[in-house]
Amino acid sequence: MNFDFSDDQKFLKGEARKFLEANCPTSQVRKVLEDDAKAYDADLWKAVAAQGWLGAAIPEAHGGLGLGHLELCVIAEELGRVVAPIPFASTVYMLAEAIMLAGTEAQKSAYLPKIAAGEIIGCLATSEGPGAVSAATLSASVDGGKLSGVKIPVTDGDIADVALVLAKEGGQPGLYLVDMAGVVREPLKTLDPTRDAAKVTFSGAKAERLGGAGEGLNLLEQILDRAAILLAFEQTGGADRSLEMAKDYALERYAFGRTIASYQAIKHKLADMYVKNELARSNAYYGAWALNTDASELPIAASAARIAASEAFWFASKENIQTHGGIGFTWQMDCHFYYRRSRQLSLVAGAPRIWKERLVSHLERRNAAA
Amino acid sequence: MDFNDSHEEAAYRAQVKTWLEANAPKAHVGSDPEGSDSLADSRAWQAKKAAAGYACITWPKEWGGQGGTPLQSVIFGQEEANYPIPGNPFQIGLGMCVPTVMNFADEATKARFSGPAIRGEEIWCQLFSEPSGGSDVAAARTKAERASDGSGDWIINGQKVWTTGAQFSDFGIVIVRTDPTVPKHKGLTMFWIDMKDPAVEVKPIHQMSGGSGFNEVFFTDLRIKDSQRLGGIGDGWKVSLVTLMNERLAVGGATGMGWSQFMEAARQTPGMDGGPALKDSSLREKLADWYVQAEGLKHTRNRTMTALSRGQTPGPESSIGKIVSAVQMQDLANEALEMLDQYGIINDVDLAPQHGGFQSSVMFAPGLRIAGGTDEILKNIIAERVLGLPGDIRVDKDVAFKDMPTGR
Repeated sequence: MNFDFSDDQKFLKGEARKFLEANCPTSQVRKVLEDDAKAYDADLWKAVAAQGWLGAAIPEAHGGLGLGHLELCVIAEELGRVVAPIPFASTVYMLAEAIMLAGTEAQKSAYLPKIAAGEIIGCLATSEGPGAVSAATLSASVDGGKLSGVKIPVTDGDIADVALVLAKEGGQPGLYLVDMAGVVREPLKTLDPTRDAAKVTFSGAKAERLGGAGEGLNLLEQILDRAAILLAFEQTGGADRSLEMAKDYALERYAFGRTIASYQAIKHKLADMYVKNELARSNAYYGAWALNTDASELPIAASAARIAASEAFWFASKENIQTHGGIGFTWQMDCHFYYRRSRQLSLVAGAPRIWKERLVSHLERRNAAA
Repeated sequence: MDFNDSHEEAAYRAQVKTWLEANAPKAHVGSDPEGSDSLADSRAWQAKKAAAGYACITWPKEWGGQGGTPLQSVIFGQEEANYPIPGNPFQIGLGMCVPTVMNFADEATKARFSGPAIRGEEIWCQLFSEPSGGSDVAAARTKAERASDGSGDWIINGQKVWTTGAQFSDFGIVIVRTDPTVPKHKGLTMFWIDMKDPAVEVKPIHQMSGGSGFNEVFFTDLRIKDSQRLGGIGDGWKVSLVTLMNERLAVGGATGMGWSQFMEAARQTPGMDGGPALKDSSLREKLADWYVQAEGLKHTRNRTMTALSRGQTPGPESSIGKIVSAVQMQDLANEALEMLDQYGIINDVDLAPQHGGFQSSVMFAPGLRIAGGTDEILKNIIAERVLGLPGDIRVDKDVAFKDMPTGR
């Protein structure tokens, strides 16, 4: 049994933590939060690119480090821990992974080296309004290689160079790579301003299909399965940090003559956080194994990882505020960074209730096949 | 990251498989694992394992064990579980009691007891909980006093409760109060006792679930030798911590009705519109949550195994198992009852789905949430030992036991 990261991967994780503690303190996150003109931390983005992290899982032949997805998982956990205000998920988990999964050799050569080098930022544009994304409500369309339609919200849509867009062509959903130059984007007010989003209006933008015609929804599901596992590591990192913050504060805050950490109401709350975080971590590890080996269990493992991590981060981030009491509700404390990010990460790739339905559907199919 | 055995583990597993194939029972002997009706089968299987070197795998050789690794023990357990083996009434003795004896008794005592225990010839029970102290074991009131004849013997009077297997045990380890004039943790002493002594009376407890897997044990002037003492006079609490440390290694959790049984039942039960209840989205959401919890525990165990495989001490994550599984057992089984609607009230193995498994889970779950550490105590343990939060303020810390306030 070898259900853990290797020593090399743990070393990488330790290095990533040191690097992010130096380059992404919460004071940097706060600057992005408070400055409307700042969509992301461009300096951190450049520094992360220089570390090679953007191409950690991209093959060397396409300009990456050619490490693997386990390495990407440990980096993701550390990025989540510091609520990094950069378009890493959009660019790496969504765009790069989609191209590696379904791109032609020409598409891989065109995009992957630039992603690895930090020269392009990506985004995934699927939503067009309230509610779940489905073929029934999809109206963006491609005709003669030109895309038209409105996507809202698109995370990192205001800063992206390349978008991966869900649109219909001849009535069939497909995924399209779109150059964002000249596309109209309007920044949106969101719950988590450290990860910007925009309303994006395509009016005849040049679009190149990724994957087969009419395969859009299937392919999107596969892309989201892979992204869900990486996002689960970010969520687990954020949940663990939330628990640490709650613990540290409870140990130094006195009420009624003793630290609040000595009250069972607080101890049991923190124990509950710990239990959920460990369940999330164990499910994320299984997802990492499935992702790295491209196992047939991947869709089920991804669903479980996403559900457990979403639950853990939501619980830890809200109970961290509760543990802090009044000060936790203030703008000046960092607790709300994690609360905001927990919402952003839970909603950016399909809400947990959608994943629960997908999980049970997969289990039904697996049982029927058995 | 993979799920494969190392070279040595694979070799050990292959050896175990070969031995089990030749020696393990092939057909279930049909018995209550809590009861004594299968004792003969259990003893026979234990003796077979002991003769082949598969009992007490991790015990040091000088105790009569194999000096093996925890992972070898896990591998044997995994492979053994593929066969319809009889119940294991030796677990408490071999997991907790006898290791305590081996740590604290004199050489003659150790030589006398280890062999028969390993071979399943003698069964041990652990006598800690009392009517006045379940979570607070150190509040034990059962007392041992020196005999007045100057022999050095001890006379034990009092009552223990929730003693698993007392009805068929040959020996037990018991924690008793030897000095009520000092604070509670300091006045306790541990002894081993003969459960067949006429001064020991065992009465089964009739559980709310209907079964009787546990017992009350009464001592009336039970006379024992000072040589039966395990550790120093007044060191009973420290000795009990060694016992309970071994308990933590004996991993357990809820078994039986889980997400897959629920899913099967939901497929066969009509829902609100006459179609399968499994199509009900609220049930599907809960099913997903239970699956995710169960998978989380399974892979947490895999992480523990990995640490063992690497010769490391498992991390604290292994402590979450019972909190999650016992609560899930109760909630899942109750959801199944509600899914059955009026029919859910029927608690008859011939009529209820899954042979009444959901009904019996609902009735047994309250016990599982209490046994081996209540949900609340386990959360305290996580908070204090894993997260490093302070212990509760103890109002009884510096008070002589006899002066401690008591309720019922």
